[in-house]
Amino acid sequence: MAERRVKFTFEGEQVKEPVIYRLGKDFPVITNIRRAQVEGNSGWVVLELEGDLDSINSGLDWVREQGVEVTPVDGEILAG
Amino acid sequence: MPHVQGLRCKECGRDYPADPIYVCEYCFGPLEVAYDYDSIQESISREKIKEGPLTLWRYDDLLPVGRENAVDIGAGMTPLIRATNLGRELGLNNLWIKNDAANPTHSFKDRVVSVATTKALEFEFETIACASTGNLAGATAAHGNKAGMKKVVFLPENLERGKIAGAAIFGNVVLVRGNYDEVNRLCSELGDNRRWAFVNINMRPYYSEGSKSLGYELAEQLGWQAPQHVVVPVASGSLFTKVWKGLNDFAKLGLIDDVPTRMHIAQAEGCSPVAKAVIEGQTHPRPVIPNTIAKSLAIGTPADGIYSVGIVKESGGSATAVPEEEIADGMRLLAETEGIFAETAGGVVISTLKRLAQQGVIGPDEQTVALITGSGLKTLEAIEDQIDPPVIDPTVESFDDVVMGAVKN
Ligand SMILES: Cc1ncc(COP(=O)(O)O)c(C=O)c1O
Ligand SMILES: [Zn+2]
Repeated sequence: MAERRVKFTFEGEQVKEPVIYRLGKDFPVITNIRRAQVEGNSGWVVLELEGDLDSINSGLDWVREQGVEVTPVDGEILAG
Repeated sequence: MPHVQGLRCKECGRDYPADPIYVCEYCFGPLEVAYDYDSIQESISREKIKEGPLTLWRYDDLLPVGRENAVDIGAGMTPLIRATNLGRELGLNNLWIKNDAANPTHSFKDRVVSVATTKALEFEFETIACASTGNLAGATAAHGNKAGMKKVVFLPENLERGKIAGAAIFGNVVLVRGNYDEVNRLCSELGDNRRWAFVNINMRPYYSEGSKSLGYELAEQLGWQAPQHVVVPVASGSLFTKVWKGLNDFAKLGLIDDVPTRMHIAQAEGCSPVAKAVIEGQTHPRPVIPNTIAKSLAIGTPADGIYSVGIVKESGGSATAVPEEEIADGMRLLAETEGIFAETAGGVVISTLKRLAQQGVIGPDEQTVALITGSGLKTLEAIEDQIDPPVIDPTVESFDDVVMGAVKN
């Protein structure tokens, strides 16, 4: 089992898509929302994913295909 | 003497011990050092600060670790210069340049790394590490050497030569064949199962505190007052938030009267997620893939972006995304007027300043500080094609002909 902490950033129409629901339903991945903010037509969700690494990765690939930005929670490690 | 209570989650406020940790286990929010301000208040005074060392360690009452064992190669207390020539050019009569390129490894990163390395030693780490687009690498490697620690510094292979050499001279630099994401992923994997002090990961709460010293210095050097405007180059937004925090710390402790400062974000068009969020009225930046010549500002998912946007609002500041082709212009303008050769991030700042003056966001007599955070010698590529000095034969005729002729024309 692996764990990954990620942030989804949505924009426009995608906010209406049940991306997190389907991620948990269509992939063997447990989703656990820790923090979120949605305003008007954009927003973000910080969540933890649990599952085997391959499932998490293919789940995240699918999320990206829905037009959602996926970034690590710690932001970028590479600094100036 | 540190007055640290522990770490506190910036989002949910949960308290943690002052350990090498950086993220809240409940809400995944970032952890920040929490201080006992009553105890600081009893210890600190203008006089005491003035008697301290001529480095950032003079403010150690407000840092997470004391100066007794500081890893100190002289970071901080850089010149604050009255920029009369540049001011005349821009129509600003009260303009100041804070020249942090005058730090030991030529960028403000010496501040954060001096604090992070000192704290890492206190935690008894043997190895200090970072992943960097240049400035952080040099600072980390240099302070690691001073501390007698082992070090590992990761750089993307496609970096400016000056940045690679400026870090590699200190030893133990590793060039990574890969893009930003890949370097990030590698380092987060490496950080997971090695007892390394990663300055920008598990040391981040302590590291970022070092940037507050820039705010403290501005206030002290301006005669114990906060300026009306500060223009700050933004990558992750850490420096921006900590300069603001620094000024507010001083006000809270009565070292200055108040903070009338409006905080201005400077980013390059090719990587401007924070500036765009402000301009578009969003509270949070949307991630971008960086594509800018200001490589030291090339962070597409800024960790402190949300907080930076909030500070712009709170302080009545602004944000500017400078067109890429104006970055070198900014570098040249500063060099030609003030004799300071800044890196691309400085070009972004000066071009932002110029726009703010033109737009009337900064009034002609309002006290303004522009932060120059790194040296132009590390980013020669940015101006190379603009540099075209005349070449002459070693004769007076040739001098008169080529040089004086050119002057007359
Ligand atoms: C020269 C220079 N200026 C400014 C910054 C901005 O730093 P921050 O990530 O704190 O926003 C960096 C580093 O990232 C830098 O190298
Ligand atoms: Zn929290």
